[in-house]
Amino acid sequence: MTVNILKRKIGIEKQVDDFLDQASESGLLCKSGFEAYLKNNMEAFESSLKSINDAEHRGDILRRNLEQDLYRKTLIPESRADVLELVESMDELLGQFKGLLWQLEIEHPEILPEFHEDFRELLQCSVEAVEATVRSARAFFKDITAVADHIHKISHWERESDKISTRLQRAIFKRGDLRLSHRLHLRFFVKQVDRIADEAEDMGDRLSIYVIKRWL
Amino acid sequence: MFAFFLLSGLFLGWSLGANDAANIFGTAVGSRMISFKKAAIFCGIFVILGSVISGAGASETLGKLGGVNAIGGAFVVAFAAGMSVYLMTVAGYPVSTTQAIVGSIIGWNLFTGSLIDYNSLATIVSTWVLSPVLTAIFSIILYKIVSFYIRHRKIHMFTLDARTRFGLILVGVFGSYSLGANNIANVMGVFVPVSPFSDISLFEIFKLTAAQQLFLIGGIAIAIGVITYSQKVIMTVGTAIFEISPVAAFVVVLAESIVLFLFASQELESLLIRLGLPTIPLVPVSSSQAVVGGVIGIGLLKGARAIQWGLVGRIAACWVFVPLIAALISLISLFFMQNVFQQRTYLPVKYFLTSEAVERVQASGVDVNKFKDISGKEFPNAVIFKGALSEHLSLTSNELDLIMTSAEIDEMKVTQDRIARIPDGWITWEQKKVLEQLIGRAFVHSWMLDKALSELSKEWQFRQGEKAHNEELKRKLAYIHRLFRVNQP
Repeated sequence: MTVNILKRKIGIEKQVDDFLDQASESGLLCKSGFEAYLKNNMEAFESSLKSINDAEHRGDILRRNLEQDLYRKTLIPESRADVLELVESMDELLGQFKGLLWQLEIEHPEILPEFHEDFRELLQCSVEAVEATVRSARAFFKDITAVADHIHKISHWERESDKISTRLQRAIFKRGDLRLSHRLHLRFFVKQVDRIADEAEDMGDRLSIYVIKRWL
Repeated sequence: MFAFFLLSGLFLGWSLGANDAANIFGTAVGSRMISFKKAAIFCGIFVILGSVISGAGASETLGKLGGVNAIGGAFVVAFAAGMSVYLMTVAGYPVSTTQAIVGSIIGWNLFTGSLIDYNSLATIVSTWVLSPVLTAIFSIILYKIVSFYIRHRKIHMFTLDARTRFGLILVGVFGSYSLGANNIANVMGVFVPVSPFSDISLFEIFKLTAAQQLFLIGGIAIAIGVITYSQKVIMTVGTAIFEISPVAAFVVVLAESIVLFLFASQELESLLIRLGLPTIPLVPVSSSQAVVGGVIGIGLLKGARAIQWGLVGRIAACWVFVPLIAALISLISLFFMQNVFQQRTYLPVKYFLTSEAVERVQASGVDVNKFKDISGKEFPNAVIFKGALSEHLSLTSNELDLIMTSAEIDEMKVTQDRIARIPDGWITWEQKKVLEQLIGRAFVHSWMLDKALSELSKEWQFRQGEKAHNEELKRKLAYIHRLFRVNQP
């Protein structure tokens, strides 16, 4: 009995860690894929796209196993619903990174060089926000007292992301020489990247509620 | 007939299982850490093991029903206690089975004209307050310690989950074992002397004494109670009073066990005495009431708003009602048993101030001239005798006790064949030798036999300050009285 419980524990802890690793890794892959796209290095872009697909696939498998284990083995009864929601939200963030690269691949937006730096910064903020979310999720499992610090950082990166997104959109729409369709297309991508930070912040808000619920 | 009488013991066991499983696994199941099915199986198995293995130590004692001196009466008393606990179980309230038994015995006392043990009543009343309050305090302190430890050690959620689950199972298993060990004498003890079973031995390896066979049946009855009918009370304790978290669930059962161990364990007391350490005063504690107190303690710590105070009030009311209902059912059932079914429910205990009794009272410094006119008169029961004594003189309760016990007629005769019935190892070799010296002698009062024994050997004497020895001697003397009693139940 004891051995079973402990084995199960080690297995599931590793699954959670691996899953969070995938989320973190997908942010980095998205960043390198985006960079390759801006540099028009389509080979590196394809490679990032493939890697992010794999990461998402691994994440899906881990998420499904986790969900099944939590229900089938009736683990953490009081936090089960919260953990499942957390895993789902994290999976959505992972999906957002993958979606961004796929949209670049499908739509091939023409990103003018003058916007490159802002796009880089914007994506950097979203990736940092997701990183902080991953760290707060890890803390939620291991060290509940540290969650608040990380959540604070998510908010910071989200605010930064908002600033850059507004600045970038203004700059795009100031370019009267561009076609409206081009400007709208670029705005769509700005929103797409900014949305990742917004969702990370929503997840941070939910996490702070879970922490209150779990607070002993 | 034995099988019929045994039925009420089994019914009492079943009710006990159905109600008391909540004390052990209530919070674990309520916090959804252990499924009801799993808890019931664990509890059932360990209740049976506890009954058979450790209950055997109590096989020479009759449990609480020992005072009931006719098997028909024991049948009714067990039935009344079982019925009152059953009624509370149907309603989903955790109550103390021991208190139901005491209430039921009071019904028997009223019916038979024997004296009510007011001490046991006072004990029950103090338990209602002490058990929940002590456990609530311990739960709060333990919870603070455990939550500090968890935060400080940064334990992973799943590790904590696994450890809590393991802790709940461990405490639950020990709790179930002691539930069986402590309660089986109350459920089955009274039937041991009249049991038709004989010892069973399988290939000389596996031995089951007659008492153990009876305890096995009783243990199975308790286990069936747990499996078939305990869910409702479990849910009351585990979720209805206050929605409890897994760690709190563990803290509550741990606090309950610690309170039982520290404040109600004679083993701990005798260990402290042996080590020359100061003892913790023993107070009456009931696990059913303790667990409710533990849950309330956690609720208070969390702000008290989520505690269902209405339910707590109803539970407390049931604690008061249970002994009363048990006494009432017992009284009515005894009337029917005796007058409708023509069964003997008690052996009348007569009182007679014999010259020996008067001498004994006088030796203690009581002026015997005051009740000269009632000595030499026979009284049919304790209540009438006590009335006659009170009419003549004002006595302190100690003096009254002394006169009552001195005048109680309890004829005994020491015979060779009955000495042979004493199980090996139950009394010492010297104690047995002394008994053999008394073969052929008859005594009108039980204390005369005690006196004769203590005059012949130090081993039959009570010793100043040696509580453990005195308790054991008391148990042995009670057994010896039953063995040599002329009017067997």
